[in-house]
Amino acid sequence: MKHLLSTADLSRDEAVGLLDTAARMAATQSREIKKLPTLRGRTVVNLFFEDSTRTRISFETAAKRLSADVINFSAKGSSVSKGESLKDTALTLHAMGADAVVVRHWASGAPYQLAHAGWLDAAVLNAGDGTHMHPTQALLDAYTMRRHLAGRAQGLRSPHDDGVGADLTGLRVAIVGDVLHSRVARANVALLHTLGAEVTLVAPPTLVPVGVEAWPCRTSYDLDATLVDWQPDAVMMLRVQRERMSGGAGAFFPSPLEYARYYGLDARRLATLPEHAIVMHPGPMNRGLEISAEAADSDRAVIVEQVANGIAVRMAALYLLMAGDRSAEGNDL
Amino acid sequence: MTELTAGPTTYVLRGVRPLGGDAVDVVLDAGTVAEITAVGAASADGATVIEAADHVLLPGLVDLHTHLREPGREDAETVASGTRAAAVGGFTAVHAMANTSPVADTAGVVEQVHRLGEQAGWADVFPVGAVTVGLDGERLAELGAMADSAARVRVFSDDGKCVHDPVLMRRALEYVKAFDGVVAQHAQEPRLTDGAQMNEGVVSAQVGLAGWPAVAEEAIIARDVLLAEHVGSRLHVCHLSTAGSVEIIRWAKSRGIDVTAEVTPHHLILTDELARTYDATYKVNPPLRTAADVEAVRDGLADGTIDIVATDHAPHTREDKDCEWGAAAFGMTGLETALSVVQQTMVDTGRLTWADVARVLSTTPARIGRVEAVQGRPIAVGEPANLTLVDPSARRVVDGTSQATASANTPFRDHELPGQVVATFLRGRATVLDGVPVPVHPGVGGAR
Repeated sequence: MKHLLSTADLSRDEAVGLLDTAARMAATQSREIKKLPTLRGRTVVNLFFEDSTRTRISFETAAKRLSADVINFSAKGSSVSKGESLKDTALTLHAMGADAVVVRHWASGAPYQLAHAGWLDAAVLNAGDGTHMHPTQALLDAYTMRRHLAGRAQGLRSPHDDGVGADLTGLRVAIVGDVLHSRVARANVALLHTLGAEVTLVAPPTLVPVGVEAWPCRTSYDLDATLVDWQPDAVMMLRVQRERMSGGAGAFFPSPLEYARYYGLDARRLATLPEHAIVMHPGPMNRGLEISAEAADSDRAVIVEQVANGIAVRMAALYLLMAGDRSAEGNDL
Repeated sequence: MTELTAGPTTYVLRGVRPLGGDAVDVVLDAGTVAEITAVGAASADGATVIEAADHVLLPGLVDLHTHLREPGREDAETVASGTRAAAVGGFTAVHAMANTSPVADTAGVVEQVHRLGEQAGWADVFPVGAVTVGLDGERLAELGAMADSAARVRVFSDDGKCVHDPVLMRRALEYVKAFDGVVAQHAQEPRLTDGAQMNEGVVSAQVGLAGWPAVAEEAIIARDVLLAEHVGSRLHVCHLSTAGSVEIIRWAKSRGIDVTAEVTPHHLILTDELARTYDATYKVNPPLRTAADVEAVRDGLADGTIDIVATDHAPHTREDKDCEWGAAAFGMTGLETALSVVQQTMVDTGRLTWADVARVLSTTPARIGRVEAVQGRPIAVGEPANLTLVDPSARRVVDGTSQATASANTPFRDHELPGQVVATFLRGRATVLDGVPVPVHPGVGGAR
């Protein structure tokens, strides 16, 4: 694996391998000294064309726990407005000797271009591009689901097992909210399908993309029916951007209240879930809109754990992309 | 200096097949077709003989939709470089779109573009006038002044933008009747395409680029054919790209509505699957559509629903393409590959004859642009020698950087295409010989 651009590129074995590596990374994080020497002397650049303090800090923490040198490069704005092109930024990072570039970009496909245009030869990690992909988010979501739910569909689960080696065969996952604009949804649908889970997208029709019929999942406009009749093992609530409900005639739904009424996860809907079901959210949450405080703070919610798991998953991704090729070169420490 | 124009004025095209028909000799002299006779019968005395056995002779191609970028974006293309590319592609006339800077919305700008075309000498340049002032879609430009100018404008278009206000569109359709003009509509409902990046469908849903739905094109075409019917005007639809658009035009023609339609070469062959590369070379407006749409526009061209092929040649600088898809400019070049794409998709598949190619790439576009007195003429004795000589058996690999256009944004880079324009004649003067442009002013006309 040279880059991590899209969850659609991952085979089942690669995905399970990533999750297993993350589990080993997580095990080291309960030690008193969390830092590993694995990537000492290597440079990770966090290249953020779009603000995301949470994702950047998560990647920065992951890289530092592996002893990599971390450079944060904030290149907010488009190449048009800022003046420097993606290409020149890439050439600059190449000249500086970056070993891996973690890129967050407002433009779908920008990480793909960085990886394929021949501008730099570093490993590229997609930290979210436009409305396309967010592979480490989907991996941390899968990791979280596996910890809690793996093997449940087969009745195999033992309570002390974090699911290492397993995929997500048979699990039912409902992804609820603004699918149209969500890179988290796209990344999750592809990865969950690869790992054997079943996915139902739930959204108002205005927030479902035309062309969704080609995705390996089902679509519903009815959250209550999905929760009650389908009994998902995990419910993932997507953030609804405030701008989706403004814009007059172009608004995607009539009002925040109506959205919450039909698509918000509240205490009543929470109570219809199976007892073992978990509630997830990629953050940051709009409490009272897509998720109520009761749901967000309930013992079903694994939202804070998702954040912690994000570090382990990103350590795993950095390790596999950077140390993997190093051992191939025969100069492993 | 004994010779200011390149080459002799008398040519014998030996063994050529006019419109793909029987082989003959064609003699060009003093700017006209002087003689058409049996193979070997034409005298070579004092003439330059071009051995053209199995080559097809077409009337010089006429493009109804070219962006020459001058004035304003001479870094992407000039009238000289764009018409040189036209000549290399077999064109003897181009209609230069109005979205320059300043916009071609006054007699002054269209006359400037017209004059630059005459000075360059590669092809006749017929400026298209803007429908609205500054392409802003708010009030009519002085269409009459452009029609009466030395540029004799007959085609009016806000291309790049849609004349979306229905009242304004109605007025424009009516107004140009006074001078036999035509409104060429860029059919794109702006509200349905706000921020749009590519065709809306299966691929856009996967790659996460904002969709440009087919309905945004079809809704405007449906409205406009009904408006044209209501006011008894003629309408031309630019670059239609969807199966639904073909159906609407077919329906409109069956009702007797005076509408013509064009398709671009790229919409005859490329699909939205190319967006998966995020290579902005494939970003174009209207966007590349699905394979079903490609099939439908081929059908429409074959059965005459679509009247013409027009290039929508849209040169862009490297910096406007070598960036994020979302930040890149829309458009691709096409003058130098158009005939080859038509050959591959329509002739080599048996769906059009070479006579049909002459119709869709020369005769009919000349008629729509009301330049049929000088361009798109029959190949007959006494007619002006605006001609294109094609070797259909040649194969060539497209090299974006060595093309005659000043820009490299061809979607056919490194593709092998059939057919090669061997020579182009503009009123008897060879603008291209052996596939190479021949400047009218040696050392000048070839400059970028």
